[in-house]
Amino acid sequence: MGERALLRDGRARFGVACLVVLALIAVLAPWITGGDPALQRDVVATRFLPPWSTDVNGVFHLFGTDRLGRDVWTRLAFGARVSLGVGLLGVSLSVLIGVLVGGVAGASQGVVSKGLLAVTDFALALPRVVLLLLLATLWAPGVILVVVVLGVTGWMPVARLVYGEVRKLMALPFVESAVALGASRRRVLTRHVLPNALTPVIAAAALGVGNAITLEAGLSFLGVGVQPPAPSWGGMIASGRDALINAPWVAIAPGVALVLVVVACTLVGDALQDSRQ
Amino acid sequence: MARHLVVRALIGVGVMWGVVTLVFLLLRAAPGDPARLLLGPAATQTQIDEQRHQLGLDRPVAAQYGAWISRVVRGDLGTSIATGRPVRTMLAEAWPATALLVTLSLLLSYVLGILLALVQANVSGSRTDTSLSVASVTLYAMPSYWLAVVLVLVFAYWLRVFPAFGATGLDAEFLTPVGRVADRVRHLALPLLTLTLIGMGGIARYVRGALVDLQGSQFLVVARAKGLSKESVLLRHALPNALIPVLILLGLSLPALFSGAVFVEAIFAWPGVGRLLVAAVQARDYPVVLAATTISAGLVVLGSLVADGLVVLADPRLRDTAHG
Repeated sequence: MGERALLRDGRARFGVACLVVLALIAVLAPWITGGDPALQRDVVATRFLPPWSTDVNGVFHLFGTDRLGRDVWTRLAFGARVSLGVGLLGVSLSVLIGVLVGGVAGASQGVVSKGLLAVTDFALALPRVVLLLLLATLWAPGVILVVVVLGVTGWMPVARLVYGEVRKLMALPFVESAVALGASRRRVLTRHVLPNALTPVIAAAALGVGNAITLEAGLSFLGVGVQPPAPSWGGMIASGRDALINAPWVAIAPGVALVLVVVACTLVGDALQDSRQ
Repeated sequence: MARHLVVRALIGVGVMWGVVTLVFLLLRAAPGDPARLLLGPAATQTQIDEQRHQLGLDRPVAAQYGAWISRVVRGDLGTSIATGRPVRTMLAEAWPATALLVTLSLLLSYVLGILLALVQANVSGSRTDTSLSVASVTLYAMPSYWLAVVLVLVFAYWLRVFPAFGATGLDAEFLTPVGRVADRVRHLALPLLTLTLIGMGGIARYVRGALVDLQGSQFLVVARAKGLSKESVLLRHALPNALIPVLILLGLSLPALFSGAVFVEAIFAWPGVGRLLVAAVQARDYPVVLAATTISAGLVVLGSLVADGLVVLADPRLRDTAHG
């Protein structure tokens, strides 16, 4: 694929820049913020301070404070760890399953291939949000559960994609010559076919990360995702909703961050997809 | 074609059965004893055993599965733990509100999204095209639960033009018939706007992509060479071809819309299936959660069936293969 073309693509540059900045904020959170996302001082004196203000203790609040006097910027930065982490891990899991299922289905014939495709179609018919809600209800909500469920309910598009690519590539002369040279089926698949099917998978993964992050925040918003007092963007929006009139910044800040991540992921995914044409 | 649809319908039934089975297995595998949950922490072991017997939980799993399937097939979805009412009645009451919201937003977001894409394709590559792309990707990226909160802030609190939640006002019963309709419309505005804006962004992106991909196709070059105007080529020749994949999207977006409606209904206290589901999740009301899950799986199956049918109707090439 054309890496140069990708670098010249304004969408990709903007998307990557956004993601890099957000990743840096997440990684450097303890050093660029107040340090403790759950820190409360005098609640009555420090609650609902507007953005760009200094409280009675002389602490500066870039994005203001929430109902418990906690610094919104600090919670946003630490929440980025949860959001980006859960999104990346969940999508990694779904890419892993998707490549495995799609690759095997594409490289094999008959019952195995048909069976795997049928399973994929079935899983595609599962209502994702409802399944997430159901699982979060039945099991104790938590970060690991959310990651696993996002992975398990998100692999089907990747599998479909990989299947199509593998089928297409298997018919090409370079694969035929590898087979003629005596390479085993597994070797052909892992060394020759799958590496060539990588770009569309990365594009799909980029789009998937945005989706996964939105879903994770949605679960936390409904109270069945990441549990308080751990900071998460979805939880912040939910708690900010109650104080919308007095302190709209509590809900608006994490929402803007969410939109930014999803836009960035979508742009990177779009640019990757276009770079193949 | 009829045969093709029958086969698809049979596959759909199979998928539904699979979902119901999966839900049953998940419920069995989940930690926690429903009997214990029902009776509370103060229950004695004898009471729990008795409750387990009443619920049929002491029977073999296969027998429980058989009984459950036969109940679901007969339309008996059980009784809500939280309200003590039949789940079927609760769903029947909630259903029309969701259908109204989802159908209207589907319609509006398709019409507006396609219009937006046409405007973009007409000036493709220009600055207007780019700004509209930025707008549509931003709308598409907005989580429904956040956009809803922002719209409430703007339209309910700052501008005070629409109510923040509910399906009817407190004074609805005392209004004239016309006033009552106006009241419903005002209450519908914000939930509908939330779903429509997000859906519109996604559809505009999709249709614009399809239209741009078609640019330079030979049949469009021919149409242009015949001397047709740019607008006519776009509307009469490019759009119908770009809409075929959009029809597939229509069927597939039905379940996505339902998912979106889950959040939107919860936020606006819109009395539909989505709010019912969220309330049930928060109250650990298993029978209601299960029933809503099964129904949304049904929606997915129905959606892909509708998409299949529409595509066969729209694309003559597929009609032939479906015959053979």
